[in-house]
Amino acid sequence: MKMKLSEALIDAVMGYAIVFLGIALLVLVVVLVGKVMNLKKPAQPLPIPETKAPAAPTPKPEEPKAPGSAGELKLYDTPDRDAAMIMAIVADELKIPINELRFISIREVRKK
Amino acid sequence: MGKILETLKGLWMDSGFNAFFLAGGWKSLLMIAVALVLLYLGIKKKFEPLLLVGIAFGTLLTNLPGAGLYHMAMWDAYTYECPYDAANDAILYNVEEERVITLEEYRASLPEDAEEPEIIEKLSFTDIAHYGGLLDILYIGVKAGIYPCLIFIGVGAMTDFGPLIANPKSFFLGAAAQFGVFFAFFGAILLGFTGNQAASIGIIGGADGPTAILTCMLLAPALLGPIAIAAYSYMALIPMIQPPLMRALTTEKERSVKMEQLREVSKTEKIVFPIVVAGFVILLLPSTAPLIGCLMFGNLLRETGVTERLSDVAQNALMNIVTLFLGISVGATTVAARFLTLNTLKIVVLGLIAFCFSTVGGLLVGKLMYKFSGGKINPLIGAAGVSAVPMAARVAQVEGQKANPSNFLLMHAMGPNVAGVIGSAIAAGFLIKVFG
Repeated sequence: MKMKLSEALIDAVMGYAIVFLGIALLVLVVVLVGKVMNLKKPAQPLPIPETKAPAAPTPKPEEPKAPGSAGELKLYDTPDRDAAMIMAIVADELKIPINELRFISIREVRKK
Repeated sequence: MGKILETLKGLWMDSGFNAFFLAGGWKSLLMIAVALVLLYLGIKKKFEPLLLVGIAFGTLLTNLPGAGLYHMAMWDAYTYECPYDAANDAILYNVEEERVITLEEYRASLPEDAEEPEIIEKLSFTDIAHYGGLLDILYIGVKAGIYPCLIFIGVGAMTDFGPLIANPKSFFLGAAAQFGVFFAFFGAILLGFTGNQAASIGIIGGADGPTAILTCMLLAPALLGPIAIAAYSYMALIPMIQPPLMRALTTEKERSVKMEQLREVSKTEKIVFPIVVAGFVILLLPSTAPLIGCLMFGNLLRETGVTERLSDVAQNALMNIVTLFLGISVGATTVAARFLTLNTLKIVVLGLIAFCFSTVGGLLVGKLMYKFSGGKINPLIGAAGVSAVPMAARVAQVEGQKANPSNFLLMHAMGPNVAGVIGSAIAAGFLIKVFG
């Protein structure tokens, strides 16, 4: 059955509005759920480090190579100053503290 | 000798080649040419090949005269609940007068060499399985609304809603990009389509194949072939349709905005999300239940971490099998007599309009968010609000990087992109509710 243009216009506007309304309510619910989840987080007990009886001193395991940014870092055709800058930029972009990152090597790639 | 000639004549008369020379035979030939073009686009140009190749082959099979794989009259009789003559593959319905014809009238209209009518008053799926061809049987999955929903389970299992949970504002871009749905709906009414047909055409703008198929199947099954082909073709053409609109509606400065990194989303949040969304949206708009329910069920399988096997099946085996059946059975509906009409051309044009205006809607609200956020939101991600996951998000990424080579918008665009899936399901739910 053919529709009147005015009815069609009302349906179109109402339909678009309903989509927005439904989505807006959904956003509200998702945000609320997210807030509740994040509220719970601090309440969770922090992981307690294992408390073991002091054991006999054992030889320290070998430190992994280049832990954090302070470990061994091999530079190929890269000045120290540039390397430091690269590491700082990467840490900033990744939003990870620089001491939690491990750089193994930095090499300048030249265009052929 | 006479017997041999008689046999050869009989073979020729029964062959499909002979049918090409009968009245309307050229239409079948034309549709075979259309099928070959679609196959070329799918195979050579890689336009959504997983579906388009199946649709094209279904088009080819259904238009080979005499193959008897798909019976349009049978499905019309099922849809409109009219009597059906299984012996002559005919529906007892007068289209011009829009009324069911009596058996006497029907018998009088039959040619002399016609088979003795075998009338079925009201077809059921069992009758279709009994009298129908292979594609009729596969098409039951479309008609019963099973394939689009199963595909949505797979889509849900493949979708990471993390970016959307991290930035719920993206939801609004998914809603905004449904503009084309309602714009094309109104356009279709202007062009003389009925409300049901216009709603089915409009949903092409949701850029979501299964949603378009389900809506069309429920509201205007006769238009399923052209609508499915238009929807999938335009989805494949998103990298060509969207960039000019993106560049026309945004400035270089807006496109080069680098967005802040999204917050980390916990596993619990990801598990709770599909449960909350399914519950909330279905309660709000019950007609979205098949689509949203399946989408969120698939996503829950992905996120629980304890149903990996099921998630794997949904993403791969199930998705592939259903895609195969869906493609070929949707293609089967493109029977020449139904496809070669002016309406098909109108649908193709309206589909393009729907896609363009959905992109425009997303971009405009993206620009609004850019203004209100003090330039922190790149409006390009608004264009990703049309579903077409992940193609539309990739286009936003490419355009963003053209403006600023250090720009990485993909994850930010995935938020509106998956929100578009939910938005188009809500839009479809509304249209089904109003016109169903």
